[in-house]
Amino acid sequence: MYENPDGVMIGLEVHVQLNKLKTKVFCGCSTDYHNDPPNSHVCPVCLGLPGSLPVINRKAVEAAIKIGLALNCKVEEHTQFYRKNYYYPDLPKGFQITQYDFPISSGGYITIEGEDGELKVGITRAHMEEDPGRLVHEGTIDKSKYTLIDYNRSGMALIEIVSDPDMRSPKEARRYLDKLRNIVEYLDIFDGDLEGALRVDANISIMGGQRAEIKNISSHKGAERALLFEIVRQKNVLRRGGVVVQETRHFDEAREITISMRSKEEAHDYRYFPEPDLVPLKISGWAPAIKATLPELPDARRMRFVEQYGITDDHAKALTSELKLAIFYEDVAKKADPKMAAVWVCDVLKGELNYRDLTVDAFKKENMQKIIELLASKKITEDGAVDIIRTLLDKGGSPDEIVKEKGLLKVEGDIVATAAEEAIKENQQAVADFRAGKEKALNSLVGAVMKKTKGRADARTAREMLLEKLG
Amino acid sequence: MIGKKDLEHIGWLARIELSDEDKEKYTPKLNSVLDYFSELDKAETEGVEPTYHVLPMSNVFREDVPTASLSQEEALSNAPKNQHGFIKAPRMM
Ligand SMILES: [Zn+2]
Repeated sequence: MYENPDGVMIGLEVHVQLNKLKTKVFCGCSTDYHNDPPNSHVCPVCLGLPGSLPVINRKAVEAAIKIGLALNCKVEEHTQFYRKNYYYPDLPKGFQITQYDFPISSGGYITIEGEDGELKVGITRAHMEEDPGRLVHEGTIDKSKYTLIDYNRSGMALIEIVSDPDMRSPKEARRYLDKLRNIVEYLDIFDGDLEGALRVDANISIMGGQRAEIKNISSHKGAERALLFEIVRQKNVLRRGGVVVQETRHFDEAREITISMRSKEEAHDYRYFPEPDLVPLKISGWAPAIKATLPELPDARRMRFVEQYGITDDHAKALTSELKLAIFYEDVAKKADPKMAAVWVCDVLKGELNYRDLTVDAFKKENMQKIIELLASKKITEDGAVDIIRTLLDKGGSPDEIVKEKGLLKVEGDIVATAAEEAIKENQQAVADFRAGKEKALNSLVGAVMKKTKGRADARTAREMLLEKLG
Repeated sequence: MIGKKDLEHIGWLARIELSDEDKEKYTPKLNSVLDYFSELDKAETEGVEPTYHVLPMSNVFREDVPTASLSQEEALSNAPKNQHGFIKAPRMM
């Protein structure tokens, strides 16, 4: 049972950009702006010019329903848009079109790995809104003299997913974010690799005090850091006898601190009112048909992997934690031993990829199949397989070529036996130590065998043969 | 009742600078608007569905098909200042 000593309560607001749509949410501007100059994908609607009329993108509504369903939310019978009024240069109109008391979906949950086992995190709501423009500051936000604005992002479809304050540690918050991202990736409505695809605001309070809202978090790691900082800051305020005030704070990613955004705007006065230019939506009737098209989600796939391939739950969890990895594994397992594939993909390949900051795209499934085939037929050792994986990642080539070039074919058993005999003869001190009960001495004998066979002996075989001969 | 402080706040939200003369002039005007709303408040609305939207319509959609955007030159033409294709504005905090 997790004690939560500081009484931490964390709720997250995650903005998912529907960047796989072809057009923005209320206008026909293309979403393909990431490599184009600023202000080149804008029109009267997304620039908020007078007289322009927003019309909602049907596919954006479908994607919002998909997200709602995947988060176990209810898709509402009646949903409508509001104007949230505030004055900031990222909003050319002076208001953001968003949702308020009639969100498209609400009342769901997802399950994550909590501090003490499975944790159900409530989803308050998942609503639709438009993305503001992108602001660029020269230097840091608190020192820059002016703001440069690019409205290419303005009007991109966003889904804001608001959680209940159910998370009790920065680690749980990070796991929630990982899980959420994983789910939306499965839905094929968003490309997480694009800049600004997923943005996070965090609400955090301790000891039943007021909450601080932290903005400008752009990564899952950033969220964890910002929350860790914030817990320490709030504890220090309390320790000095102060009171934590409700406020908005800005996360400075480079300095890993949060900065108060104290301003008059703090007295949030958004003056929400129904958006007169957009008529209400009555689309809950779409939900059953959309539900039928939902892909298999991470939890379901994880259970199927355990059942279908007989792999451990830990492996299934790791494999389904990223859509690309799950697809890669299944492709490999089609033509190779599924259990070995799970071990080699999870325990070896994933680590080697992480180490090089690569995704699984960097590795061909055919190569993994070949490596497992070589292992299964005992043609190479496990060390050899690791060597092949590293060489493929660093230099390229094919498993067969690498085996040939590096001489990785496993040597025959009798050669290992001969090497073991020689090793025993030549290392009498180690033999004596081993017989005297120093088990570690065996390692140096194994090392000697590996040296004699130029690393091509299987370490486990060498160990067994040595033990047999020392018997 | 709207007082001077409320009027200053409303002015600030809209980024409209109000002189003392303006404040004298607009305070009673806004109050008369509010008085009119108190008339509306007298209407019997028990059991009446709120009207969120005046048009008897719902479900108006656009297909996800790109249309032409403005050129960057056109997009920047209304901006008082620009730099490297960005619109340049005073910093706001
Ligand atoms: Zn547009």
